Amino acid sequence: MKKRFAMENLDCANCAAKMEAAIQKLPGVNSATVSFMTQKLTIDAEEGRLEEILDQAAAICRKVEPHCVIKR
Amino acid sequence: MGALTRSQRRDLARILAAAALLALAKLLPPLSRLLEVLLYLVPYALVGWDVVWRALRNLIRGQVFDENFLMALATVGAFFTTEYAEAVFVMLFYQVGELFQSYAVGRSRQSIADLMDICPQWANLEEPDGTVTQTDPEEVPVGARIVVKPGERVPLDGTVEEGTSTLDTAALTGESLPRAVGVGDSVLSGCVNQSGLLRLRVTKPYEESTVARILELVENASEKKSRSEQFITRFARYYTPCVVLAALALFLLPTLALALLPQTALPSFLAGTVWSQWLHRALVFLVISCPCALVISVPLSFFGGVGGASRCGILVKGSNYLEALAAAETVVFDKTGTLTQGTFGVSAVHPAEGMEPGHLLEYAALAERWSDHPISQSLRAACPQEPDAGRVTDAREQAGYGVEALVDGKPVLAGSRRLLEGRGISVPTCDLPGTLVHVSVDGSYAGHIVLSDRPKPDAKGAIARLKTLGVRKVVMLTGDTGETAAAVAGELDVDKYHAQLLPGDKVDRVEKLLAQTSPKGKLVFVGDGINDAPVLTRADVGVAMGALGSDAAIEAADVVLMDDKPSKLAVAVAIARKTVRIVRQNIVFALGVKGVVLVLGAFGAASMWAAVFADVGVAVIAILNAMRALRVEQC
Repeated sequence: MKKRFAMENLDCANCAAKMEAAIQKLPGVNSATVSFMTQKLTIDAEEGRLEEILDQAAAICRKVEPHCVIKR
Repeated sequence: MGALTRSQRRDLARILAAAALLALAKLLPPLSRLLEVLLYLVPYALVGWDVVWRALRNLIRGQVFDENFLMALATVGAFFTTEYAEAVFVMLFYQVGELFQSYAVGRSRQSIADLMDICPQWANLEEPDGTVTQTDPEEVPVGARIVVKPGERVPLDGTVEEGTSTLDTAALTGESLPRAVGVGDSVLSGCVNQSGLLRLRVTKPYEESTVARILELVENASEKKSRSEQFITRFARYYTPCVVLAALALFLLPTLALALLPQTALPSFLAGTVWSQWLHRALVFLVISCPCALVISVPLSFFGGVGGASRCGILVKGSNYLEALAAAETVVFDKTGTLTQGTFGVSAVHPAEGMEPGHLLEYAALAERWSDHPISQSLRAACPQEPDAGRVTDAREQAGYGVEALVDGKPVLAGSRRLLEGRGISVPTCDLPGTLVHVSVDGSYAGHIVLSDRPKPDAKGAIARLKTLGVRKVVMLTGDTGETAAAVAGELDVDKYHAQLLPGDKVDRVEKLLAQTSPKGKLVFVGDGINDAPVLTRADVGVAMGALGSDAAIEAADVVLMDDKPSKLAVAVAIARKTVRIVRQNIVFALGVKGVVLVLGAFGAASMWAAVFADVGVAVIAILNAMRALRVEQC
C-alpha cells in the first residue's frame, strides 16, 4: 500500500537522501522516497505494519535531522 | 528579491552582524593572544553556535559524517592552529551558503506552486431553491449544479447546462487562444471563465477532476528519480567518508612520521614541515567534504524542468522520464489524431469534363445534406456557403455505399465506386491517396472529390525541430493504406513509415524499433492514448497527446501533452535537453572544482579561502544554474 506524508523542517538535501536510504532498509518497506523538493515522504509498505514502520521512520528522521517531523 | 521568511531574516541579521564584528576585529591593532581569541570568538559564536550545537548533538546520536560536524571540526581546528579570522570567515561563509540555499529552494518551490496555482478555492454551489453558497470544491457531490462567474476558475469538471462563454485554458494547456463553450459542452476544471455566466452540472468529484489529477502528477514527479539523482546521492554516500578519512590520513601520517623518524630520514616533502601545517591541510579537506551542493542542485534542476514543462501544458510524470526524453533517439508517431487531425478534409476536387468544381462540390454536399456521416459533414464544411436544403428531395442513404437524392429535381448519386457502377455508370481511377466520393448527375459521371485526413499545421515543423534537437529517426505507424501513409510521410519528412498495421502489430513494430536503438538512445512513442496503452507502456517514454480530459491516457502515459499539438513534443524534448545539460554542467563543475582544490590542498597550495569557495561558492553557482531550468523560453 502506497501512502504519502508531508514532512516539516527537512532542511538539507543530503539528509533527505540519508533518510531515504535508511527507511528503504526497514523491514516491511517495499519502497520509500524522500523528496527534498516537495518535502514529502512516499512509502510503499505492508498495510498492517504501516504504523510501526512510520514510528521507525520518524525515529530515523529525528536522528538525521532533529527538527524534522513526519506529519501524519 | 522575494520576501525572506522570518528565520531567513534572522540568519541574515546574524551573518551581517558577525561580518561587521569580524571586520572590526581585523582592523584592531595587534593585541595579546588571549584577547584576540576572545575577540574572534564573539562573531564565531554569533554566526556558528547552532552549527556547533547540532554537530555535538548529532555526534551523540552517531551521525559522524554530518555536515554540521564537519564544519564545526574544520573551524574549531582552525582556531587551534591560531587562524582565528579564517575560522570565523569559513563559518560565516558556510552560513551564507546555507541561507542562499534555503532561499533558492524556497523560491523554486514557490514558483512551482504559482505555476500550479490552478487550484480553485471555492465552488458556487446552487441549491435546487436557487440559493448559491460558496463551498469547498471537495465537498461538492457529482450531479450538483454550480455557478461559474466571469473571471472565476472552473472548480470541478462538468457539462454546461446554461450560458455561453469563452474559457481560458492556458493554465492547463499553455494555449493562449480561448475556447468557446455552450450548452452541452464539457468543461474542465482549472480553466478560467472569461466572459459569460455558466451553470454547470458536476460530472466528477474533486479528487478525480482534471485539476486535482494534474496537481498530483506534477507534485509526485520528483518521486521517480532520474539516474543522475541516484548517481549523485550514491556518490555523496561515499564521497564524504572518503574525504574525511583522507583528511585524517593527511594529518596523522605526516605527524607520526615527523614525531617518530629522525630528521635525516624524512622524505623531501616532509622535510621542514611542522604538524600544524598538516592539520591545516586536513582542515581544508574537511571544508570541501560537504556534498550538499551537488545533492541539491540535481533534483532542483529536474524539479525546475518538470515545473517549466507543466507551464507549457506538458506533464512529465517523473524526473526519470525527463532524462529519457533528453536522450530521445527514435520518435515513433501514431498517425491518425497525432500527426494528422483525425478528421477528413477535402484535399482535391476532380470534376468530369463540362462540370465546374464548385458545382460538383455543391451537388455532393446537397445530396449528402441529411447524412451525418463524417464525410458528409466534411463535404458540407468545404462548401463556401451552407447549401440550401430546400433543393434536395427524396434523399436515401445506403449505408456503406453513399447517398441517392433528387437535387433540383435531377437524380444525383454520391458515394463509392460500387454505388455508381451498380447503376451502370463507369468510374475512372484516381491516383490521389484518400477517400473518394464519386458523383453522378442525371445518370452521367460528374467527377469525384478526394477527402483525406490532413496533417496538423505544426506537424512538419515539429518533426523538423525534433531532428535539429538530435532525434535520429522519426517513424510513423498507421492502420491506413500504404498510399495514404506514403503521402503523409512524404509531406511531413518522416524517415520511415509502416502502414496497414493492426493495433497488435504496433507493439511488434515498436519492439523491433527498440531493438534497433543504440544502448543509450531512447525510443519515444507518441499516440492519442486512447487505444495504444500497450505501446505507450512498451516504449521507453510513452507520450499521450491531446489528453486533456482523457483519464485513460493520463494513466497510461509517462508524458502527457495536454493539447493536441505535435510541436509540444519538440518543446518537451528541448526542455528535457536543457535540464539534463544543466545537471551535467553542475556535476562536472562541482566535482571538478572540488577535485582541484582537494589536490591543491593536499600539497598545501590551497588556502581555507579556496576551500570555502569550493564548498559554498560552488553550491551557490550550481543552484543559480539549476534555477535556469525553471525558465522556459516559449511554449
